[in-house]
Amino acid sequence: MSEEPSEKAETKEETETETETKAKAKAKAKAKASASTKAKSEGKKPKKAKETGKEEPSKEAEPAQPLSDQPSPPKSRNEEILDSLLAKYSLPESLVVQLKDKTAGLDLTADQLSRIVEETNSAYIKALIEPGEAAGTVAAQSVGEPGTQMTLRTFHYAGVRELNVTLGLPRLIEIVDARRTPSTPTMTLYLDEEHRVSLEKAKEVVARIERIAVENIAKSIEYDMINSSFIVEIDAEVAEDKCLDLDFIAKSIEKLKVGKVSVEGNSIIISPETTAPEKIKRLRERILDLRLKGIKGIKRVVIQKEDNEYVLYTDGSNLAQVLGVKGIDTTRIYTNNISEIAEVLGIEAARNAIIREAFQVLDQQGLDVDIRHVILVADLMTSTGKIRQIGRHGVSGEKSSVLARAAFEVTVKHLLDAAAHGEEDALEGVTENVIVGQPVPLGTGIVELFMRFSKDGS
Amino acid sequence: MGKFDLLDHELVPQFRIMAKEEIEQLRKSLGVRKEDLPWMLKSDPVSKAIGAKPGDVVEIVRKSPVAGRSVAYRYVVPG
Repeated sequence: MSEEPSEKAETKEETETETETKAKAKAKAKAKASASTKAKSEGKKPKKAKETGKEEPSKEAEPAQPLSDQPSPPKSRNEEILDSLLAKYSLPESLVVQLKDKTAGLDLTADQLSRIVEETNSAYIKALIEPGEAAGTVAAQSVGEPGTQMTLRTFHYAGVRELNVTLGLPRLIEIVDARRTPSTPTMTLYLDEEHRVSLEKAKEVVARIERIAVENIAKSIEYDMINSSFIVEIDAEVAEDKCLDLDFIAKSIEKLKVGKVSVEGNSIIISPETTAPEKIKRLRERILDLRLKGIKGIKRVVIQKEDNEYVLYTDGSNLAQVLGVKGIDTTRIYTNNISEIAEVLGIEAARNAIIREAFQVLDQQGLDVDIRHVILVADLMTSTGKIRQIGRHGVSGEKSSVLARAAFEVTVKHLLDAAAHGEEDALEGVTENVIVGQPVPLGTGIVELFMRFSKDGS
Repeated sequence: MGKFDLLDHELVPQFRIMAKEEIEQLRKSLGVRKEDLPWMLKSDPVSKAIGAKPGDVVEIVRKSPVAGRSVAYRYVVPG
């Protein structure tokens, strides 16, 4: 490669300096100064020296340089110019990063860079959604159409994971309907530094959260008619595995206050006060369901190793309680129960969870839906500060227009109610105007004459 | 182990209560009333954590998969 382009660039740069803004000139002067010193020291390679700039870490940089400069990620010359150019535009961060990435290491003049930025900006402005665009309809179609291709079955994870999680269309419906509890609640628990590396430590955490009821460690439970008492035979091996001893179990059962409790060998004998068969039956259930340790709702915990750390997957979810357990990384704790997230971590976290869950479902089915459509759905669901479902009892059911509501579901009820209450319809939305046969407020139809009566527009 | 702070959680973005002047500026630039912004309840865990009261506007800096970083606003309402 000849050195000509580089030279040309340099002369161009020089003539430009006068017309440029102060900030740019300053940045460039700095860069040039370093470039020239480098050119001197490295002799034949002026281009390379300039390209690497003064701070860009490269093999060729002198050993003294990294010491003299600030230790934080060094800025290349291009980056500096870009920064001063970008201040004028409000480009999203991801574009800025891309711009910097693509221009890094390229030998570009300030003029070329500024044209790149301008071009990027105009492309960005073009790509922005226009006022009046039916973004919601597009989102609905974009999520709805792939939805028709989803499988209806919930499939089981093969082998190790052993947990069965609802997927596909049923799960998507669950998310959009904002059900209080998902049909298969599950949590993903990451562990803190101390517990994430060893299986033993991970098991300790499991012991803390897995709910153990009497039925999990009982070999058998019988009702002795003659002595009118229950005999619960405990599986000693299992009990030991779960770190439970008989006395503790007996004491726990005693707290139920159903009668005398005594330990006999491997069995616990409970003598209830009543003998009524109905009550005995119910009592049996209560004893079996008694929680001995662990957290309510966490039925089972599976340990899995994921890139050098142990991660726990649970069957059942109880975010508020699990947060208090020692050994859990509380910054990454996750549950698929979105309403729990809203309760404990707030509406913004719930919004993120909706996006994550819905996108994951679509992704797992191999459907390539742009995440922005999913984001719009999540934004709409969380816009009132509470999770609203998309449907009769939420977004669609709370529309202000009678006709729009009537067009959705339960037509007669809405029309009847509206008539009874003397409701009016301002015909502001799309649906109403389609019904009455007027141009809809969409696209070019959205423009209207608008008058402000007070100066501040309130 | 330190106490659990929900603001540290990966699902929770950054929150900041905006000053009066900032709200006015925002209102002008967006051309909407405060109430037209998305809402956040006063009883929301985040409202409690940052001490937001009804009438406040919070600025939310989200990590966006598309834009890298995006700024959103919520109006705090009673409830």
